[in-house]
Parts: sequence; structure tokens; C-alpha cells
Amino acid sequence: MSARARVTVQPEDFDLGREVAALRADDPGVGAVAAFVGTVRDRNEGLGVSSMELEHYPGMTEKAIESMIDAALFRFDIRGVRVIHRIGLLRPGDQIVLVAVTSAHRSHAFEACEFLMDYLKTQAPFWKKEHTPEGARWVDARVADDDAMKRWGLPSDNAAR
Amino acid sequence: MNTVQVRYFASIREALGAGERVALPAGATVGALRDQLIGRSPAHAAALARGKALRCALNQALCEESAAVGEGAEVAFFPPVTGG
Repeated sequence: MSARARVTVQPEDFDLGREVAALRADDPGVGAVAAFVGTVRDRNEGLGVSSMELEHYPGMTEKAIESMIDAALFRFDIRGVRVIHRIGLLRPGDQIVLVAVTSAHRSHAFEACEFLMDYLKTQAPFWKKEHTPEGARWVDARVADDDAMKRWGLPSDNAAR
Repeated sequence: MNTVQVRYFASIREALGAGERVALPAGATVGALRDQLIGRSPAHAAALARGKALRCALNQALCEESAAVGEGAEVAFFPPVTGG
């Protein structure tokens, strides 16, 4: 494989600095890097969260993220994208997801990073199950995430139906 | 009849298992498959009930229930996604 992987779904943690360095390497045209890291909160919807399990659809998840990166590359003037999403058992404070984008100028990197996160939240097949003092529960999808997706002119009814 | 591989995820997987192979009339849609599965058992009827928020994928791409299911297709049913 000549090019570096754009998408990785893995149980292991990731190193933001190392991933950004790899994304910038060999591309002197990069003038901006925007990176988002999502982490596990210790509370959700009024209950303490002791741990979280992340499930995915092997094969489809990777394809869905690859196609959202293609959409971002078409839509924004960006140079490189790296997405890592963790699966399995995670605890409060753990990193869940990384989206990093490089571009010549900051506005496209910021926008593409947000676009990719909105897309990932509503279109990529991952599911979170939280462990709380009242037992385990599947996390509900949020209509606000669909609304965020619609800002880009893209229909999304993940939570609505 | 076509043979299709059905897969379940998250809360649907907990109720029905990881998946099953199903014989489906040629030309049937994903929605018809859902209805056929609902008739399989009370557990299926509960997990896949109409009116329940459920998403579906055909050959690993999100789809509508109007999508036609071909021979050897993989069809997945799962709740709204919650990654990120």
C-alpha cells in the first residue's frame, strides 16, 4: 500500500501528535491542521457512566467513513484526512474518535473537520452502550445531530424515525 | 427464491442474535424482508416492529426499505447510529 490509511477502526488508543505528524509529513503545502478528538464523559442524561462499549459493523463502517472522506475532499479545498474510531470497552476520559484535516488555509480545515464529524455521528454504523449505576443502556441518537448534518444541505433522519 | 444474509447490530443483535440466512421471493424489497422476519417469532416481532426506529443497509450501504434485495445480498437492520 503506497498511501497511508485514511480510516482505522480499532480497540487501541491513538496518539494525536503522531497522527497529525504523519498526516503533515511530506506535504509542504499544508498551512493548517484542524483536529477533533471526542472523549468519553463520566455523565450522560443525568446518570454516571462507569464504562462504555462501542460496537460497529465491520466492513460497512470503514466504507461509510471512506465515502464521507471522499465527499469532504470534493466539497472542501483540503489536502489530507485521517479518521480513527475506537471500538470495544472504553472508560470515562478515554479518547473515542479522531478526525484530523490538513489544508492550505484554516477555514477549509475547520469546516471539513466539522462536516466529517457531523457525517460520522449520523451516517457511520457505530453504537454506544453505557454502563451506569442503574444498569446498561443503549445511547439514543440525537435529533440535534441530524440538524447539524442538514446545515450542510444533506438530508439526515437518523434519529427521527 | 433468493437466499439473503441478514445481520443485526446493537439492541437488535441482543434480541435476535448476530444474523440468519433467509429465503426471500425474487424481487422482494428490504421492507418485505422486514415483514417476513417479523412473522418468524415473537422476539422478531418485538425487535423489528413497525413504528420502531430502525435503519437498514443493503450490501453495506444505508438504504430505504423500498430497495430491492437480490440473490446473495447482505441486509442489515440496526437502531439509529450513535458513534463519534
